[in-house]
This record gives sequence, structure tokens and C-alpha cells, in this order.
Amino acid sequence: MSETAGKKAQIGRVAMPEQEAKIRARNFLEVPTGYTVKMAQEEASRCLQCKKPGCVEGCPVGVDIPGFIDLIAQGDMTGAIRNLWGKNALPAVCGRVCPQEVQCEGKCIVGKKGDPVAIGNLERFCADYEREHGTGELPPTASATGKRVAVVGSGPSGLTVAGDLIIKGHDVTIFEAFHKPGGVLVYGIPEFRLPKAIVAQEVNFLERLGVNVQCNAVVGRTVSLDELFEEGYDAIYVGVGAGLPKFMNIPGENYVGILSANEYLTRANLMKAYKYPEVDTPIPLGKNVVVLGAGNVAMDSARTAMRLGAESVKIVYRRSRDEMPARSAEIHHAEEEGIELFLLTNPTRYIGNANGRLTGMECLRMELGEPDASGRRRPVAVKGSEFEITCDLCIVAVGSGANPLLTSETPDMKLNKWGNVHADEKNGKTTKPRVWAGGDIVTGAATVILAMGAGRAAANSIHDYLTLGW
Amino acid sequence: MFKIVKRQEMSQGTVILNEIEAPLIAKKAKPGQFVILKANETGERIPLTMADTNPAKGTITIIYMVVGKSTALFKDLKVGEGYQDVIGPLGKATHLEKVGKVVCVGGGTGVAVLHPITRGLKEVGNDVTCIIGSRNKGLLIMEEHMKAASHDLRICTDDGSYGHHGFVTDVLKDVLKGGDIKLVVAIGPVPMMKAVSNITKEFNVETMVSLNPIMVDGTGMCGGCRVTVGGKTKFACVDGPEFDGHQVDYDELMLRLRAYQEEERKCHQDYCTIRDAK
Repeated sequence: MSETAGKKAQIGRVAMPEQEAKIRARNFLEVPTGYTVKMAQEEASRCLQCKKPGCVEGCPVGVDIPGFIDLIAQGDMTGAIRNLWGKNALPAVCGRVCPQEVQCEGKCIVGKKGDPVAIGNLERFCADYEREHGTGELPPTASATGKRVAVVGSGPSGLTVAGDLIIKGHDVTIFEAFHKPGGVLVYGIPEFRLPKAIVAQEVNFLERLGVNVQCNAVVGRTVSLDELFEEGYDAIYVGVGAGLPKFMNIPGENYVGILSANEYLTRANLMKAYKYPEVDTPIPLGKNVVVLGAGNVAMDSARTAMRLGAESVKIVYRRSRDEMPARSAEIHHAEEEGIELFLLTNPTRYIGNANGRLTGMECLRMELGEPDASGRRRPVAVKGSEFEITCDLCIVAVGSGANPLLTSETPDMKLNKWGNVHADEKNGKTTKPRVWAGGDIVTGAATVILAMGAGRAAANSIHDYLTLGW
Repeated sequence: MFKIVKRQEMSQGTVILNEIEAPLIAKKAKPGQFVILKANETGERIPLTMADTNPAKGTITIIYMVVGKSTALFKDLKVGEGYQDVIGPLGKATHLEKVGKVVCVGGGTGVAVLHPITRGLKEVGNDVTCIIGSRNKGLLIMEEHMKAASHDLRICTDDGSYGHHGFVTDVLKDVLKGGDIKLVVAIGPVPMMKAVSNITKEFNVETMVSLNPIMVDGTGMCGGCRVTVGGKTKFACVDGPEFDGHQVDYDELMLRLRAYQEEERKCHQDYCTIRDAK
């Protein structure tokens, strides 16, 4: 390591201010409040401007990280956002929800000796600055090719495909099953992590570039892929996400008060039930809430329940802290807000009353045994360790499978044994001619940025097809 | 916006018919499928099985009972106004097949849902008897439609003000005793579907019911509509809405339908108070 890297590491990263835990645990406002210009420039000056930047390699969409950071350091915020848009149509989203610690920031040289450059915070700063102070000037688009592309699903991968292809001059229409565009960004990720006004702004950016967004269009029901081709589309991208909630399959799971995280978060986020009765969609308010699972969706559910006024919120997870799949920052935020972790605990059945409402659950203590197929140590039940947890609301956040709504209506598109679409890893081509796929419907539930990476690869391949042939 | 082109009050104003412009849905919809409607920006997503479609005109028809705030909001929409969102067609279509003698049993607004299915069963060549019921004559809906859709229409009222004095299940028993019924379709309040299924089980006659549990997305994404059928959990929105009536756990369904009972009551009351004050 060079001397400079060591020095820069010693400076320490500029922390992003955030709402105090006690206060934010009861409101839906965003937790980190953003950098000021001064903070952003100070943080940007920590970047070493490496000749062979590891951070770019760590980014699934290959953002020119040293480039945009240098522009911030120089005070050229317009230049910085334009640089970002060159590789990423959703910087306000990525700056907030990407797991930077295992991607760009995980490869930052400054990070070898101290805290890596806060790339995510800087990306967010650029997008927020443009939204608040920007000129609104759009990046240039290529002249119209006359080719039409249908994008099915308006989540992160679909939005990326739409953004990339509209810039390349194609005519793009997004079909969204819900009444609002954004996919998991609007129904899944809570307001306090990703304000919905920001998602709307990112979608609006694409619309201003010329993307047509059609909501309430359930492809597979309202219209099929073949009918889209009949209507004159030249290529279709399928990015419908992993919308099939998994349950525990233990006795009592249909008691009132047990919801999938998908349902709970959709009520809270898409339907804005946290504002009930200002809006008409209700959401169950638990006094004692249990969340099953320990991924980001579990953290989002637990933190939502706390904000809705729960007296206690417990994360129940059968493995130990080391195996928790959530980002460490999310776990940290949750614990700060008073959420308890019940680790090495596995529910065996739900307990309900005569009205069919949940009153508790029976759990077993677990201990870690030998590593299993996933390489993580297998949790083994401790005999005779049954105990009860009292709860009136349980949110099941143990993962999502592939939703078969579209794929079951498209028999000529090959699936794997889990029902995920079989697509070429390099370019997203499916076994159905002129159809590409990417994101969670291909990989199973993963991250926003991986879905965007898949969208980028597919968009390049679609562009090649539209200009050169399949 | 999805414009309302026709509006009609039925059942003494407690049941409303809306014919809505939704050309894409009208083109694709089949008997037994449902749509999700949302009145406005802050509205709730409400699933309703379609009572009719007109592909040529590009319209769908829904018939619903006013029971809470959302349906009260729907009721207030006039011709020319419309729903902000209509999504569909959702769910599996009814399997229409010629099996011989068929009985269609409808109660309340279930009759509206039953109508296209009854018509479809007749069109494929079945001998269709139809039994519909309501509390009294004034609340009965779609008598003429059901007469046209079936070969033999029987009417029941709880108070005896019209047709048979008693429940649809009484008449059903008589029809089943006549013998050779191959299929019963029952659509209406859950207790009615449960009672019908109990009777047809005795007679060992295949029975199909259409369920309308609480839903959010209607595309299999939330699992809020889960019902136990034959001991297994099913999602009514994608696995249904129609199921084998002999396999459904009706008691669980009734408890789950009451999940938001308190919220619904309060919300509706507040809405009416504010509306009436204006």
C-alpha cells in the first residue's frame, strides 16, 4: 500500500448525518439525511483516483467511480451526475440500497487501512443534488431506430433496460402489473430507506427520456408475450421479480395475524397503510411482533412494525448472528431502534385463540452443527428446549420464490427446477426467441444492483440484436 | 381512468352494477375470472369477480354489495366518472365442460358471479337448473338474466315474499333427490357455500365454489388470500378463485375474512359521517 492511501485512510470518512434512533424508530422519514456540499467534497477528496480502480470492478454496472468522485471534488455536480447516468439510470436508488460494503467499497484501496471512500453516500449525494438544484437537462439520446421493445416489470432490472435502450434510440414501453411503477422499490423497500418520491422521480426521468410506462398491465393475464410480438414489439425483456412468498409450512400458519413480508410491506409501502386511516388500506398493528428470517426484508419488516407502534419486535432466526443474510448496516440500524434478535431459535408451531387469531408461537432452541450444503453450519434442535413466545403479529420473511403467473402462460420459455427462467448468464437470452430475462425471476431473490447488472447485460444484447440480428 | 358507462342500483340500493370501459380486460376475460379495482389515489385494491363482459364494446360489468368504505366509494362514482385502476383478468377461468345435469346455486351478489358461469355451462350443452335466493323479494337480483341463462330457474326467499319460502339448500335437496346431477356450482356468502357443500357431499355430487378472500395484489405475490383446500394452503388469486367445495375449510375462511372487521367498521362509519355532513 502506498503512503498516500495510508494517509487518506487516517483522515476517516465523513459520516452521513442520520435521525437519532429513538426518534426515527417511530417515524417513516428517511434515516440518513444526506451530505451537504461541503461534506461531499471533503469525502470526495479522500479518493485516491487509482489508475486501476478496484471499485469499478466491484460494481455490477461498472460505474466510473473515480470519475464522478473527482467531479464532485472539483465542485462540478452537473458533470458528476452526467457521468453517473452514463452507467446507471438509478443513482438515487443505488446510493441508498446497494450493498456497497461487498461491492465497490469492499474493493476500495483506502479501505485496506481504514474506512473505504463512502462511494454510496457520494452517489446518493449526486442524485439528490441534481433533484434539488439540477438543471433538469437530459442526457442525449441516439436518433430513433424505429425498433420497439417491451419491458415486463418496472423493478430495478426493467428500469435499467428501459433507460439503456431509450438512450440507444429504441422505442421502449414498460408493462407494470401494479398500479404504480417501481416494482420492489415501491412495494418492498420501506419509505424510511428509500422514499417513494425518489423512486417516482427516477421513473419520471425515464419518462422524460421517452419511455412509455403502462401500469395495471399483468403480462401473462392482460396480454401474453406472443400478443406483444403480434402488436409489433421487436424484443421483450422479462424482469418480473421473485414474487412468490415462502411460508414456514408449520401448523397454524393461516391464523389471522400471520402475514408474508410481501403482504406486510406491500400494505405499508405501496398502499401506504402506515398513513391509515388517511388511506383506505389497513395494516395489522401488532403489540408484540415476531419477524421470521434475518435478511434485509426481515429487517425492513421489523423496523416497519416498530414504526407502527409495536411494544416489542423480535427477529427469530434459526442460525447465529454470523449467518444473518442482512447487510450489517441494516442489522445495526434495527438493533439501535430496539429490535431484539432471538438467534438460534426455530418456530415449530403457531398458537391461536378461538377466533382464529395468533397469540403466540412455540419455538425450539438450536445449536450449530456441521456445515451444510450452503457452507453455513447447520442448525440442530436442542432436545426438550421448547418454549413459547407471546405475539399477536408474525411476519414471515423467509424468502421468495419465482412467481409462475407469467411463466406458466409461456410454455416455450424454459425454466429451471425452481421455476426460475433459464437465461444465458452473459446476455440474458432465454430459450424463447427475441425474449430476454434478468433479475430475481432468473437468479432467485437477490439485490437491486445485481438485477440492474443483469438488465445492463440484457440491454446490450437486445441492442445488438436490434441492430445486428439474434 | 376506467370510465363507468352504465350504473344501476339493485336490491333497494344495497347492490350496485357498474359497466366499465376496460377493453384489454374485456377482450381476455373468461367466466369465473376477477378484476381488482381501486377508486382513487388513496383507495384500497378490491377484488371482484366479473358478472359480464362485452368484448365488442370493450366493457366489463361488476355487481357488488355496499358493505364498507371502499364499496361506498365505488357506489358514489357516477356515469362518466371512473375507477383510477382496474387490473385483470385475474384468477383461473371456470372449466366449462358438458357433463349432463348441472345445478347452479347463487345467494346475494354471488348470483352476479354465477351468471356468466351458468350461461357458459348452458352454452356447452349442459342441462342447467338454477336456484337463487335472497332475504326477500326486493333484494333479489338478476332474475331475468338467470332465467335466460338456465333451463329451469327456482327462486327462494327467506321470508317467503317470493318463490319458495326458505333457503336455497331446501330446494337443492329436492333437486338432488331427483337424481343424476353431475355437478353443483355454488356461489354466495360463505355459510351458504358451506351448507351447499355439506348437502352435496351426502349425495356425493361434485361441487365447485368461488371464493373471495381478502387480497392485495391478486397475482400470487402476497399470500393474503390463502385458503386451506384439502388440507393444503392455496392462494385463491392464482390457484382459484374456484375450488372443490368439499375440500374447502370454510370455518378458517370465515375467520380470515374477519381479519380487519374492526377497521372496516370504523372506516365505513367515519366515511358515512363525513359524507352525510357535506
